[in-house]
Amino acid sequence: MEKILEIKQLTKNYGSLTAVDDVSFIIEKGHVYGILGPNGSGKSTTLGMVLNVVNPTSGNYSWFEGTVNNHNALKRIGAIIERPNFYPSMDAVQNLKLVCKIKSISEDKIDEKLELVDLLSRKHSPFKTYSLGMKQRLAIASALLNDPEILILDEPTNGLDPQGIRKIRDIIQHIAKSGTTILLASHLLDEVEKVCTHVIVLRKGQMLYCGPVEEMNKNFGSILIDAVDRAALLNFLKTQTYAGTTEDTGDGLEVKLLSDVNTTQINQDAYSAGIVLSKLMFKKQSLEDQFIELTKN
Amino acid sequence: MKRLLDIEFHKFRYSRSSKVLTIIYLVIVALMMLVGMIRIDFNGFSGSFSDLGIFDFPYVWHVSTYFTSFLKIFIAIVIVSLTASEYSNRTIKQNLIDGLSKKELVLSKFYLVLVLAILTTVVIFLASLILGLIYSDYTEMGIIFSDLEFIGAFFLGHLVFFCFCLFAGILLKRSAFALGFVAVWWMFEGGINIIAYVLDKAYGTQIYDYVLHILPLNAMSNLIKQPFTRIDLIGSSIDQVTQGSIVFEYHIEWVDVLSVSLWSVLFIYWAYALLKRRDL
Repeated sequence: MEKILEIKQLTKNYGSLTAVDDVSFIIEKGHVYGILGPNGSGKSTTLGMVLNVVNPTSGNYSWFEGTVNNHNALKRIGAIIERPNFYPSMDAVQNLKLVCKIKSISEDKIDEKLELVDLLSRKHSPFKTYSLGMKQRLAIASALLNDPEILILDEPTNGLDPQGIRKIRDIIQHIAKSGTTILLASHLLDEVEKVCTHVIVLRKGQMLYCGPVEEMNKNFGSILIDAVDRAALLNFLKTQTYAGTTEDTGDGLEVKLLSDVNTTQINQDAYSAGIVLSKLMFKKQSLEDQFIELTKN
Repeated sequence: MKRLLDIEFHKFRYSRSSKVLTIIYLVIVALMMLVGMIRIDFNGFSGSFSDLGIFDFPYVWHVSTYFTSFLKIFIAIVIVSLTASEYSNRTIKQNLIDGLSKKELVLSKFYLVLVLAILTTVVIFLASLILGLIYSDYTEMGIIFSDLEFIGAFFLGHLVFFCFCLFAGILLKRSAFALGFVAVWWMFEGGINIIAYVLDKAYGTQIYDYVLHILPLNAMSNLIKQPFTRIDLIGSSIDQVTQGSIVFEYHIEWVDVLSVSLWSVLFIYWAYALLKRRDL
């Protein structure tokens, strides 16, 4: 697999505070990565370092297997960070033209990208008149101008209203479908869960996990189960090898699973034991639960 | 270089302050040219500035460069605000992320100030040439194009000041602070001058002579010396009073040329070093 970005033991200290502590990972072509972490866990600092705006204290990184120098590599990527940064008195087209000049690319794609983010009708309004959602969309258009090999998004939905968040998410999903590698930093887990195939989890600057989403925690999910005769059901569950801890959630009993199960089989076994189930549902563990579990220590 | 200039002028063109202040600059230059044409009628006295001979070649080069030098403050404000607003809009961060290196960023700003210094010099050169051609009593080629070193000095004086402003903008990140810093530094050099002068008088040292050439804004102001005493009327009356005992020096001193060139290089280098060290 082609490596887009390789980070080796990257560390950043701000005085006595270690914002990023010995982080190493590899971004491969074609995947959608999520960088997860609570606020202040070093997500933005890590991205800042690979984007040439924060100087690493130690460690190094290389783009595209080290075949180009850093600032030329940046011309091949698209990145937006924290909040959209543009020249307030220039309109969308003027701002994007400037980006084209910096990236040394042609200006032909400006309209196409503005169309993609639904800003074509406002292309001649000054940037300062835009709403936050429009600014964020312009930033995405700007990051896509060079048809980047990797798109880096740092909290792209921060501060947006639900419609804005939905719009940005749709755009990201659209881009992901086209096969572009994406690196998405966020603390909104459902956002990451919806688009990412791989996650990198950071906490207090340290990397806790890097790999496919489904392998983040070794677990088998849970079942939500209920019956009119709760006591009998509890007794029944005690005899089952797959059942772990049981918790009354209010709309049923949630049973942590210790192995893969077949819900049909469970239903049948319960019926044979004289228990009629009123509810049986398999639940995959959500990314949020996995994340909380991983970062709670 | 063409790409970097293209980038920088794109920013310049679409900035309001740059438009307004460039227009102010040009308007003032035009007004100052017109002043030469005004005739004053007062108590039977009738005269105009042109009668003083200040627009005669080659004096006009000296006089016009001296009197328009202060106008560089307008262009300097543009430079400071363009540089500092890159910080306040955080576009400097975006520029770097988009693939401009820190070196290119400083270079592009340097090219901008270089071109602005050249353009202002050309404007003043043309304005002086026009004034001279209208009013000068001497219009021989040899005389017209003598003393052109004042134009060169004008250019260097602007360049060093613009580089200073560029450095201040990057150092302080806010245009108001940066302009304040430039003003305070100017006063600071004035203070040093006074102290040096007093010390010299009191102890017979020769510090004043050094600080006059060494400090950047001193050297800049010292490049083009006052032309008043060169004007016939004033010069001859001073001669009468002092019986020629005071001799005024008008020539551009090489030490100042060297000093401002060195400072320009240093300011740009420091701007780069600052940017390189900083996390944005």
